[in-house]
Amino acid sequence: MTDNDSGVPEPVVRRPSRWQFSLVWLVPLVAAVVGLGLLIRTWMMAGPTITIQFKTAEGIEEGKTQLRFKEVVIGKVRSIELTDDFTQVKVTVDLNKHASRAAVADSRFWVVRPRADLGGVSGLGTLLSGAYIGVDIGKSEESQRAFKGLEVPPAVTNDSQGRGFRLVAKDLGSLNLGSPVYYRRVPVGRVVGYEMDPDGRAVSLQIFVDAPYDRFVTPSTTFWNASGVDVSAGPQGFKLNTQSLVSVIAGGVAFQPPERNEPPAAEGGRFRLYDDMASAMAPQDKVQLALRLRFYQSVRGLAVGAPVDFHGLQLGEITKIDFEYDAQRQRFAADVSAVIYPERLGNAYLSLRGQLKQADDEAPRRVFERLISQSLRAQLRSGNLLTGQQYVALDFLSKGEPTLAPPQAGALTMPTVPGSFDQIQTQITNIVDKIEKIPFDEIGLQLRDSLRDANQLLKTLDGKVAPEMQQTLEQARLTLRSAEEALGSDGPMQQDLRGTLESVDRAARSLRSLTEGLQRNPQSLLRGKPDDPVLLRLSPLPPQGLEQTPP
Amino acid sequence: MSTAIRTATEMGLIGCRRCGHVMQRPETVEGSSCARCGAPLRWRKPQSLERCWAFLIAAMILYIPANTLTMMRTINPFNATDDTIMSGVIYLWVAGTPELAAIVFVASVMVPIGKFIALLILLISVQRGSPHDRVGRTRMYRIIEKIGHWSMLDVFVVALLVALVRFDLFGRVEAGGGAICFGGVVVLTMMASLSFDPRLIWDTPEKT
Repeated sequence: MTDNDSGVPEPVVRRPSRWQFSLVWLVPLVAAVVGLGLLIRTWMMAGPTITIQFKTAEGIEEGKTQLRFKEVVIGKVRSIELTDDFTQVKVTVDLNKHASRAAVADSRFWVVRPRADLGGVSGLGTLLSGAYIGVDIGKSEESQRAFKGLEVPPAVTNDSQGRGFRLVAKDLGSLNLGSPVYYRRVPVGRVVGYEMDPDGRAVSLQIFVDAPYDRFVTPSTTFWNASGVDVSAGPQGFKLNTQSLVSVIAGGVAFQPPERNEPPAAEGGRFRLYDDMASAMAPQDKVQLALRLRFYQSVRGLAVGAPVDFHGLQLGEITKIDFEYDAQRQRFAADVSAVIYPERLGNAYLSLRGQLKQADDEAPRRVFERLISQSLRAQLRSGNLLTGQQYVALDFLSKGEPTLAPPQAGALTMPTVPGSFDQIQTQITNIVDKIEKIPFDEIGLQLRDSLRDANQLLKTLDGKVAPEMQQTLEQARLTLRSAEEALGSDGPMQQDLRGTLESVDRAARSLRSLTEGLQRNPQSLLRGKPDDPVLLRLSPLPPQGLEQTPP
Repeated sequence: MSTAIRTATEMGLIGCRRCGHVMQRPETVEGSSCARCGAPLRWRKPQSLERCWAFLIAAMILYIPANTLTMMRTINPFNATDDTIMSGVIYLWVAGTPELAAIVFVASVMVPIGKFIALLILLISVQRGSPHDRVGRTRMYRIIEKIGHWSMLDVFVVALLVALVRFDLFGRVEAGGGAICFGGVVVLTMMASLSFDPRLIWDTPEKT
């Protein structure tokens, strides 16, 4: 190119640069932009990746199973692996970008499968579509990538309105997850969890009360177990109490706020769960007094929880029954522990305490010591003859030798006397013994002989006495008839008598006129009768003459 | 082995790309045209290597989203399943049709990747003027040109399914971004192999 014979310089031929920009390079540029754009979009759509541990991967499929929040798909299962120790399944889930808020510390995950429980049937749709993972997105700001999945769906989701509370119970009863909480028999919440206390002495239940009913839970609200059918055979007889059909099956909790107005209780407040409504509604017993009682009689029918009664007031309850052997008396004894709540005596207790010189923690004990000195005794009594339940009654009984339990620290020894039931039993036994001693056989034989004699007597009477008697009666009747005839109003005797009486009457009149005439004219006895008009008038004998005479 | 081969350039000849008419090579090939058919004469394909590189790079870029993005989305009333190429291959294999899995794998994975590698080898060896195994490389070029369009199998399947499976409520198939990218990959690799001039393989001087 450069060599030339003429020596005239050639123009510089500029070869186009081999790598000069040509339009063809727009193709990879566009491809890069499109590809990158798609990748970036996908990457933007993709949220964080989280792992959830479940006990089993039943129904979960890689690349298929969705993560749903309120039935909206917000992620998808990428892979399923076993954990290193093979005890659990680790499910890796890709979240959508807009759902990255789901990966916070208090989010909860569970697998939605068809599920039938007492509360109803849920997840039927998953029968066809396959299981999916449900999530309840938490409120925390702290993000988290590894989660432990729940085995059952949570009863309360984070977005539900209301408040949770803790109940402390002696046992779980028939409660379970999802058991309803009732307020005035309206279901207003449910049991969302329970756990054993670390020391194993009580069970803590978490309940959730939906808004707006949560405001009825106030700091002094009482909760009780309204589970199932509560059949109790107490000294008061059989008692059956239920809340609703659901609670009969699934158990339930009921609560009742106090009458007075109170502000609503704080979230997470702790309450005691009473065994039943009666004990929940009982006055709050702050003051307690432990009692020790010894009985030498049978404590059959006396159960833990049986009442300690004072004049019809349930003052406390039996807490324990121990058996001891009394070597001295060579008898078995039942040592019964009881607890009483002196405040249940109300004003009586207050005035008794007021009589003490000083009111301190020992006050209830000293009040009862004083009552014991006034012959307060404990006695086993039969509460219900049908069920044979017994209870301990406290009463002032001066009769009988009291039995004392061996003293125990912290407990007051209450003297006991044999129970009324015991006495009745003894008396009945005595009566039965006496009845047994009666010679019923002999009495029967004698009675039969007597009856036979009586029978003979009756026969004699019938055969001999009766005909004579009949004759006598006949005669008597005849006699009476003739008497009647003689005395009848038409009878001759009657007429005779009447005539006689008339004659007597006339005679009496004549005699009277005679006496009058004589009174007036005594001389007439000697001289004869003058024709005196007065005399004439007074004389009844000539009545015609008198009528003719003018007065 | 190639001692007997004499190229047209060495002999001062040029052939028409359209009708194959052989002529004396003019001083400047630029601007001259075939004496028989009148098509413009080119000594070599213009900017062959540059274009080939450009298309190849574009294809390789698009191959990444083509594999990572959803190829096909199957929607039924209860579920929506996204499938990429590899998940489809795995699904077919697991579902008990290994033959189909193999076909899809060969057409959609092996062929494009094989094409990338072959074109890279050709481009690098031509640029470095390597004289090794020119016949073999020429054969390699012929093969990739022949099988290139078979990679479109996947795209066809997706296009057919999208068109046919339209049962609205009960199920439907949608093409994902991966299908578009994959189609782009196939087209770009074909363009790359077309813009490569296999005669360049023979242009480098014989080693003595």
